[in-house]
Amino acid sequence: MTDSGDNGKMSGRRRFLLVATSVAGVVAGAGVATPFLRSMMPSERAKAAGAPVEVDISKLESGMLLTAEWRGKPVWVLKRTSEMLDDLKKLNDQLADPNSERDQQPPYAQNPTRSIKPEILVVLGVCTHLGCSPVYRKDIAPADLGADWLGGFFCPCHGSKFDLAGRVYKNVPAPTNLVVPPYTYLSDNQLLVGSDSKESA
Amino acid sequence: MRMIKILLLAVLLTPFVAHSSGQEVELDKAPIDRTDKESLKRGANSFVEYCLTCHGADFMRYNRHRDIGMSEDDIRTELIRTGQKTGDLMEAAMRKKEAEQWFGVAPPDLSVIARSRGADWLYTYLRTFYQDTSTYSGWNNLIFDKVAMPHVLHHLQGWQTLEPGTKNLALTKSGTMTKEEYDKFVADLVNYMVYLGEPHASYRKELGIIVLLFLFGMLGLTYLLKKEYWRDIH
Amino acid sequence: MNKQQNSMMEWIDKRFPLTITWKAHLSEYYAPKNFNFWYYFGSLALLVLVNQLLTGIFLTMSYKPDAGMAFASVEYIMRDVDFGWLIRYMHSTGASMFFVVVYLHMFRGMMYGSYRKPRELLWLIGMAIFFVLMSLAFTGYILPWGQMSYWGAQVIVSMFGAIPLIGDTLSNWILGDFMLSDAALNRFFAYHVVTLPVLIVVLVFVHIIALHETGSNNPDGIEIKVNKDPQTGIPVDGIPFHPYYTVKDIFGVVGFLIVFCGIIFFAPEMGGYFLEDNNFIPANPLHTPDHIAPVWYFTPYYSMLRAVTVNFLGVDAKLWGVILMAAAVVIFCFLPWLDRSPVKSIRYKGPYFKIALTLFVISFFVLGWLGTKSVTPLHTLLAQIFTTIYFAFFLLMPWYSKIDKVKPEPENVTK
Repeated sequence: MTDSGDNGKMSGRRRFLLVATSVAGVVAGAGVATPFLRSMMPSERAKAAGAPVEVDISKLESGMLLTAEWRGKPVWVLKRTSEMLDDLKKLNDQLADPNSERDQQPPYAQNPTRSIKPEILVVLGVCTHLGCSPVYRKDIAPADLGADWLGGFFCPCHGSKFDLAGRVYKNVPAPTNLVVPPYTYLSDNQLLVGSDSKESA
Repeated sequence: MRMIKILLLAVLLTPFVAHSSGQEVELDKAPIDRTDKESLKRGANSFVEYCLTCHGADFMRYNRHRDIGMSEDDIRTELIRTGQKTGDLMEAAMRKKEAEQWFGVAPPDLSVIARSRGADWLYTYLRTFYQDTSTYSGWNNLIFDKVAMPHVLHHLQGWQTLEPGTKNLALTKSGTMTKEEYDKFVADLVNYMVYLGEPHASYRKELGIIVLLFLFGMLGLTYLLKKEYWRDIH
Repeated sequence: MNKQQNSMMEWIDKRFPLTITWKAHLSEYYAPKNFNFWYYFGSLALLVLVNQLLTGIFLTMSYKPDAGMAFASVEYIMRDVDFGWLIRYMHSTGASMFFVVVYLHMFRGMMYGSYRKPRELLWLIGMAIFFVLMSLAFTGYILPWGQMSYWGAQVIVSMFGAIPLIGDTLSNWILGDFMLSDAALNRFFAYHVVTLPVLIVVLVFVHIIALHETGSNNPDGIEIKVNKDPQTGIPVDGIPFHPYYTVKDIFGVVGFLIVFCGIIFFAPEMGGYFLEDNNFIPANPLHTPDHIAPVWYFTPYYSMLRAVTVNFLGVDAKLWGVILMAAAVVIFCFLPWLDRSPVKSIRYKGPYFKIALTLFVISFFVLGWLGTKSVTPLHTLLAQIFTTIYFAFFLLMPWYSKIDKVKPEPENVTK
């Protein structure tokens, strides 16, 4: 397999042209591959369907959980009571990432309550283990979850546990806290989930 | 051999030269410029105002108008009349079933109308409506006989009638626009419909120039490579 | 080549004949050194095939073979899928360019007698590829479900209805319905994306194997294997395909891509010849467009179909039209046995053959042009005349090729 033809040696000119053509060929190949690969990204239709959604929280009472849908995933909006907020502080030593240091939330939700307004939690209801949707368990110390359960989310698939700020417990399969999606308040009672700029409403 | 090649070439080109269909009324050339974004914006506004009530453009998303230099805000305030989102499709305000009862046929979708009819046809069509008492709507058209659509732009263009036995139209009562203004209005609208038919067209040509430049470079390179190798062959 | 690579190759060669295959088909496949312009089209056909397969796969990802959704899904590809327009234009332009390249490839064969002994089977396999290609084009053209898709398919399927006794049952069987509908669209989609592509890939593979068995013909139409170097056993007029024809074909490929991309980026409809205006109107079973014509590559045969206007031998004109049209394609298969000339290439053939071939080419183009036009008495008359010439080229060949005055073939290939 030589590229030298009959004379067995390759001249400098030949080598140069071969390399130059090969490089151009690789560039052409990359140029052709780009549109094909990009065509597999979410289309304009998918983007339109995945556009930010508005959530009305005027009827949400304390302790109540509301589920909205954004990009085909459940988005939980939970209005926490003051007891619930107080309980959050007691859990730090049982949690894997109590201070939300890992990048699972926008900067404005990187705080003890993981939210913009302390009482309103907005979080994706998708377990960070393998994508099941956990169950909201606000009952304190139920038989199945143990005496020190202060309310939170329990994933029925593989038993991961999260507190009422979506922070994951230690020693469960899920590695990280629940994801806080980008969101913003359009008004006191109107949330926009999926974008943090009011522009895209 | 040379003879055959010339003959081949001549015959190969005939269909392209001879491609003209027998139209009874000569179509006017649409004076449009696809790169004129202001014209496209005016056209978009007229389209939403006058066409979108009955006709949909079901394959076009509002937010696509960023192509012609409109921001999300412009799109929201200027184009969207029915409380839709910017990512939504441009669907007709009127429901298809109702429209069908109203006009006898459902108004066709206009997304790709410029690709099936051509710009010149649209430009001529929108300017050659005339009053005709024999039709259901009271209107007829020089290049689309017994068209179901009434002349929705008559208050702009005015009222035309057909001079008996000819193909000439006469203005019997003027509208709010002069002839020049109306022609320009229609040109903008047709320009927009051409854009609507193929929104990526300008980008396609820009990309094409880059691709062709690259390929011409590559042609030179591969020619030299071929020459270099073929020096071995005697 | 260093040691490591060598042992690597050895490892592979014990398990797969890689080096042997490389040598047999590329570096030690000896092709005549006098290939000219016409010899680019074989490799270009392969390039277009790859283009069709690749773009086809990506179109399938977004296309919906459903009578209610097909048209919209094509526009979805054109607008909503990132670069979907490019992939679709590559595919639609590729379809037309496939025929351009294949027609030129076939014409090359006719000029230089590439169908003659010992390449009869190679020619027949090529014809099989051509039939599959036509089926691919037909089934593919239905998929956008526009007016031309619909009415074009309607006309073609109706032809099967012309067959006596079984016609009606046959067309219902083809359509899976009593009319052209969703059922047909769905099954034509299956043929277009699975059955026919597999078939064409296999046939192309077999075509190349057959070619490499007999060796390539050349513009002089002489067998280079006759004249071998006594020491090496290599044909005197042969050069290794790789690197000489690989670098030459790469040059040809780039030249072709300039034309191809020129169309894709600047004239994807090609004035209505590659993408027809009426196909931008969704299929409407209740309304035939004023002017229907098949895509340009079928128009020569379409004119022949329309050229027959009289009943003959108790068989009606419709059936004769269909028979004639089928015969016009199938007749190519008989070329190896119709040509009785002592020489292969047009270079050494006499004036009769040159005139006959020129008339054939003219009739092919005129018929093609007529097929895009509407029917008038003059057009029908022209179609009848040129259909006659088309068939005369083949049917009179045993006679005129035999009595033609030929020049002696050279011993070695000429420049």
